[in-house]
Amino acid sequence: MPTATQRTSVPVIVDEDKCIADKGCTVCIDVCPLDVLWINPATGKAHMRYDECWYCMPCEADCPTDAVKVEIPYLLR
Amino acid sequence: MNASDIPVIDVDVLVIGGGTAGPMAAVTAKEQDPNLKVMLLEKANVKRSGAISMGMDGLNNAIVPGHSTPEQYVKEITIANDGIVHQPALMAYAQRSFPMIEKLDSWGVHFQKDETGDYDMKKVHHLGTYVLPMPEGHNVKKILYRRLRRHRVQIENRYQATRLLKDGDGRIAGMIGVNTRTAEPIIIRAKAVIMATGAAGRIGLPTSGYLFGTYENPSNNGDGHAMAYHVGADLANLECFQINPLLKDYNGPACAYVTGPLGGFTANAQGERFIECDYWSGQMMLEFFKELEGGNGPVFLKLDHLAEETIQEIETVLHTNERPSRGRFHDGRETDYRQHMVEMHISEVGFCSGHSASGVWVDETGATTVPGLYGAGDMASVAHSYMLGAFVYGQICGESAAAFAKARSGMPTLDEAFIAAELERIQAPLKVTDGIPPAQMEYKVRRLVNDYLQPPKVTRKMEIGLQRILAVREDLPRLQATDPHELLRAMEVQSIIDCAEMAARASLYRTESRWGLYHYRVDCPEQNDAEWFCHTRLYKDENGNMAHGKRPVAPYLVELGEEKDAYQKLRVQKAANA
Repeated sequence: MPTATQRTSVPVIVDEDKCIADKGCTVCIDVCPLDVLWINPATGKAHMRYDECWYCMPCEADCPTDAVKVEIPYLLR
Repeated sequence: MNASDIPVIDVDVLVIGGGTAGPMAAVTAKEQDPNLKVMLLEKANVKRSGAISMGMDGLNNAIVPGHSTPEQYVKEITIANDGIVHQPALMAYAQRSFPMIEKLDSWGVHFQKDETGDYDMKKVHHLGTYVLPMPEGHNVKKILYRRLRRHRVQIENRYQATRLLKDGDGRIAGMIGVNTRTAEPIIIRAKAVIMATGAAGRIGLPTSGYLFGTYENPSNNGDGHAMAYHVGADLANLECFQINPLLKDYNGPACAYVTGPLGGFTANAQGERFIECDYWSGQMMLEFFKELEGGNGPVFLKLDHLAEETIQEIETVLHTNERPSRGRFHDGRETDYRQHMVEMHISEVGFCSGHSASGVWVDETGATTVPGLYGAGDMASVAHSYMLGAFVYGQICGESAAAFAKARSGMPTLDEAFIAAELERIQAPLKVTDGIPPAQMEYKVRRLVNDYLQPPKVTRKMEIGLQRILAVREDLPRLQATDPHELLRAMEVQSIIDCAEMAARASLYRTESRWGLYHYRVDCPEQNDAEWFCHTRLYKDENGNMAHGKRPVAPYLVELGEEKDAYQKLRVQKAANA
């Protein structure tokens, strides 16, 4: 069965100017209960790779540089 | 990869799930004997996992001397569950409730106290006073984590347990699982195992249609319920679904427990109170459902009559604790508690003893029906446990499992053939090409649960639903994972299918209505005590089929007396001269 990809707007936004993942920080990636935050290989910064968010906010609360913002997923807004 | 290529890790006590009950269980096992090798395995990261990743705003079932007694509590929870409870397990909880509060207090968990230093108890239940606010409860996970480090519990994050292992004598032998980031398998041999895997909160579909917008933390998808079933443990009363009153679309608790003592309440569209009591029970949910679907619906949380300082206090608690994105949700819709009632709805269905009563059967020692396997928290069958119940049964299971492990001579023998088959099951989705993505299969089975199993339950619909769920199961050989993360979801969807099938079969088995909305069968509308005053069992029989049975309700320790029907009278009565 062939597959297609479908775009989706994701609720976790990372400010790449503030994010220090490229310097070795993995705090938001570590604390996410759904494991949806990963390093973006193109930028070295954290990003939301899977649209599977509980909008629970440890990533935002624990980020040492206030780089992460959790919005309410569009379908719920 | 062959089973013999994977190193086996040996421990005395293995705890699966690092949310609330799990860390308490692991710390307790170490307190029993610091020489025991205790491992805590977690699918996410223990620092922020489980139902209370952002803390908790209150204890909903605190039995504090001077305010209530264990006997009063056991009686009320029995009444709220239409009599079907294991009272010895409730009593064990009730008696340990206050010592656990004091233990948590000494660890630095803050509970609200009045000007005399006494715990500031609030009445939310229909009969007694059991709610203790924790306005500063956002740090619970940090405090638990410190205790785990202090007691040198070995922590393994990002491992998903997939199956439990038994030895030749039918006793627990350990588990097999998989790393959620690398897809590397893990085999752990253990003398005793404690499951603290949380609710099965991802079997129904939220009305928003967003797969992860569930009431429960969506990592609590029923892995534990499925593993317990496959290892041969009894599950109890699964037809007693969890259905909770929530903020519509946001799907977090409306928190009448927080707002009620401050004057807020659940109202209909006219702004009128229609239920006597906001404590969550099946009977309350049935009245909620009737109002929601009736001409006075929908249902709202009403705070707009409260004073400014009270509303600020409510906002501070609700927007910083447990589900702190709630304030952001309200901002997006320009909802202000001062001016608007907040629309409510009911949650998707699930299994969760934290708020309801179903789960893996455990007795008052936390023991399941498999020797050496224990269960605590939302996944075990002790009714209305909430967070404090998870802590108490974590402690009870920690003690029981430590004793079982110490009494057991030598490490258990592992079943090589079973392990080889399970490794194959784990790796299968990675080998499929042009297959079905896990999210698509998950959406389908959860949509079927909503369409066919959500109360009001109708026999013929549930039969069709079961057939449709089984048809999704037939598609499993085509389930494809393209990376380790998708493999995590692929393993989860298999647990979700198991839970959906269990939900359908358990609901069909009990041919009566009970627990208000939780098991409201339109074509068997009456409660039938002559036939169904019992727990129902669901288990895997010797042929590998899903089987049912009845378990008698143990003799009551506390009689119900004249209040036995109190929860049948939750609708506000209009005065005769009104």
